Amino acid sequence: MTALIYVVISASALVFVVATAVRAVGYARAPLHLRWELYPVPHEAPDRAAHGGSYFETLDWWTHPTHFNVVGELKAMLAEMLFLKALREFNVRLWRRSFPFHFGLYLLFGTVVLVLGAAVTTLVAPAVLAGSFGATLDVLTRVIGGAGLALTIAGALGLLHRRLTDEDLRPYTTAGDLFNLAAFIGALGVLAVGLLLRPADAPGVHAVAVGLLRWDTSVQVPGVLAAGLALAALLLAYIPFTHMSHFVGKYFTYHAVRWDDAINTRGGAMERRLAEYLAYRPTWSAPHVRADGVRTWADVATTNPTEGAKR
Amino acid sequence: MTDKPKPRLADMSRRDGRPLIHIENDDLMPLPAPLNDPARERPWTPLSPQAVERYECALDDTCAVSVPKPATRAEEDALVGKFLAGLEKLFTRENNWTFLQPLVLSMEHCAKCQTCAEACHVFEASGRNELYRPTYRSEIVRRLYFKYVKHGGLLSAWQHGDVKVNWPLVARLIELSYRCNICRRCAQTCPIGVDNGLIAHELRKLFSQEMGIAAKELHETGSMLQLKVGSSTGMSAEVVKDNIQFIDEETSERTGVKVETPWDVEGADVLLIHNAGEILAWPENPGAFALVLTAAGISWTLSSELAGYDSINYGLWYDDVQLARVAVKHAEAAKKLKVKKIVLGECGHAHKALSVIADRVLTGDLNIPRESSLTLLRDIVMNGHLKLDPSRNDFPVTLHDPCNLVRLMGVVEPQREVVRAICPKFREMEPHGVDNYCCGGGSGFAIMSGHNFPDWRFHVSGRKKLQQILGAFADCLDPSIPKYLCAPCSNCKGQFRDMLAYYDLWEQNRILYGGLVELIVNAMTDVTPGFIEWEWH
Ligand code: SF4
Ligand code: SF4
Repeated sequence: MTALIYVVISASALVFVVATAVRAVGYARAPLHLRWELYPVPHEAPDRAAHGGSYFETLDWWTHPTHFNVVGELKAMLAEMLFLKALREFNVRLWRRSFPFHFGLYLLFGTVVLVLGAAVTTLVAPAVLAGSFGATLDVLTRVIGGAGLALTIAGALGLLHRRLTDEDLRPYTTAGDLFNLAAFIGALGVLAVGLLLRPADAPGVHAVAVGLLRWDTSVQVPGVLAAGLALAALLLAYIPFTHMSHFVGKYFTYHAVRWDDAINTRGGAMERRLAEYLAYRPTWSAPHVRADGVRTWADVATTNPTEGAKR
Repeated sequence: MTDKPKPRLADMSRRDGRPLIHIENDDLMPLPAPLNDPARERPWTPLSPQAVERYECALDDTCAVSVPKPATRAEEDALVGKFLAGLEKLFTRENNWTFLQPLVLSMEHCAKCQTCAEACHVFEASGRNELYRPTYRSEIVRRLYFKYVKHGGLLSAWQHGDVKVNWPLVARLIELSYRCNICRRCAQTCPIGVDNGLIAHELRKLFSQEMGIAAKELHETGSMLQLKVGSSTGMSAEVVKDNIQFIDEETSERTGVKVETPWDVEGADVLLIHNAGEILAWPENPGAFALVLTAAGISWTLSSELAGYDSINYGLWYDDVQLARVAVKHAEAAKKLKVKKIVLGECGHAHKALSVIADRVLTGDLNIPRESSLTLLRDIVMNGHLKLDPSRNDFPVTLHDPCNLVRLMGVVEPQREVVRAICPKFREMEPHGVDNYCCGGGSGFAIMSGHNFPDWRFHVSGRKKLQQILGAFADCLDPSIPKYLCAPCSNCKGQFRDMLAYYDLWEQNRILYGGLVELIVNAMTDVTPGFIEWEWH
């Protein structure tokens, strides 16, 4: 039984990491697209970023050094990641449900880091956790983890309620969407109950983590807690296969699309990448395109479709 | 507002040939005074029975693309097959490297939160009609993607929703891809960064590049005509030179300042490219440009090369191949003249197409710097190159932000600095800048006038902007006060010309529209007063 829990937890973590990485690499490997940015672009010079301006506002812009305002971009990123700024600004009703849900998840992620850190410390330097530091860490982990569970479950309940009752959302809600929210409520709910019902002398999350690292199958995890941990792990493994992996997608929609104002300079690295794409052979079949699977993008783009002969 | 059943996603595949919705004026978002008077609202012209019989018009009350109805089920099936083939191509790097990454991201990450809907003027102005919700269109495409591109089975349908593909769905989707202004205001508010405007763009591209289906005004009499004779206006180089000569004479006479447009000057600093529509519809704009650039001592020229005198690039809205071809022509004209930079006249989509989008098309010696005329005009005005008297512009002025120039390119302040400096009664619309609303003519609508499509673009896509304009002039609607709606974009001006006339806002409330450079000439002390003629045009 304990071995099974360890297998589920470790396999799920592995699936999560690999599937997330595969998704991210897939996006990152996509060809550089034509520019499609949206202003404001926060890494613009601060005086321009304030009103959403770009370097095109500067006379002879190509004679000036380009300005990449790292601080501006970081500020915008943090506001978006931590507080879901866009949602608060444009859809505050949903934000009231979505923010606790997401913030709760961040806290749970933090809890996992704390639990793993404590487990590793127990294995390599147990003395560190012996004194008040260990006690403080334990309290901190319980507080953050408890808050994380409460916020995530409450947020998911709020989101589910809204999905079921809001007329605007219903036509676009699939069975899968409802399942996803229910899965959060179910898995984390069981985990919360398992933690609450755990007898004081039974192994808790810390013991399970230490046991897992040692692969000590003698740890007797209480049934409900074991079920909660396994369900939460399975949920984690499921996320990268759904649109809930938008934490990956969002990195690219912002950095590689909305904020991508990188300039193509003559003889630069971008030009080399573009040269590769211009050698692709499109197969679009509308007559005016004059593509035949042999001619390249460069050929097609320099063909005048109103002239009789193909160039 | 009438309580009507909302179209469901599944209705797109309905075979009954009937439109999914019908809108009455009562359904629409209310407008402020003076258009809050029902007497000033206009009735819609219904589609003619012939149009309904010949073309696929089963989406709503109008028809933008005029796709002929297939004669047989076999023809229908062949078209559906082509559509699905095109859908696959849309997701391959060889065919769609140009937008593959943003498109896949928009397919895979929508959280269906509907935040975008609140930002969309088409949805809001229609009285929140479900068909025009940004995600209605996108959701169909998304389901098609998971089913036919990712080849998802039952589990995928459970997760992402199912869709039934047949010719009625494809035909309706063609029309629906032309009910979005591609203004991308929705994308700006999406917490994930999903882009419903891009999805409409990619759909149009699939229809054009694979099926050869596009709005006639964009393709046949748009980019194809431009590539054939040099301009979508049909003007050849000879004709355009004649017209410009006439404009020079007119401008000289009207202003008392001798104006002579230089042509094909090798080594000039600036190649100015106008939207050639200006030359025919608003000749005072190229005239004013010629006067200002000459007075400011700029070394400039026009080009008589194919497409070198018409900055339009309609491919931006429906076809990457046509976009690239026209951009290359523009760059070749500049290269031939060995100019230092291309300056784009007052045309938003031309700005965006050549400066931003084509930046990753033009390589090597075709990569010639491109600049906005608004930036150049700001420099001329603010650095004292001209003698200007703002009291000559002593009338209420408001400024429209063309989406392509502002939200999509970041040219926000130059035009504002100019109007603030020379228009003492300038007032902003709300919201403005990067949060602006589209004029309703974006993505080609301003030049699309088939069947009763204008009724749709004035009642629905232009309505939010109309509300903003009336709001900006709320304190001076009286016809004794002439008012100027400054729109530094040909496409937007086309929409305003038609929409203001439709609602009689010139005759009854004296709201005129025009460009930015005309306001500058109107304020020049060296010029005979009254360059802006308070006449409808
Ligand atoms: S496109 Fe964005 S804003 Fe619209 S429903 Fe999807 S996630 Fe929400
Ligand atoms: S791009 Fe503009 S018109 Fe199209 S759905 Fe988005 S907000 Fe609406």
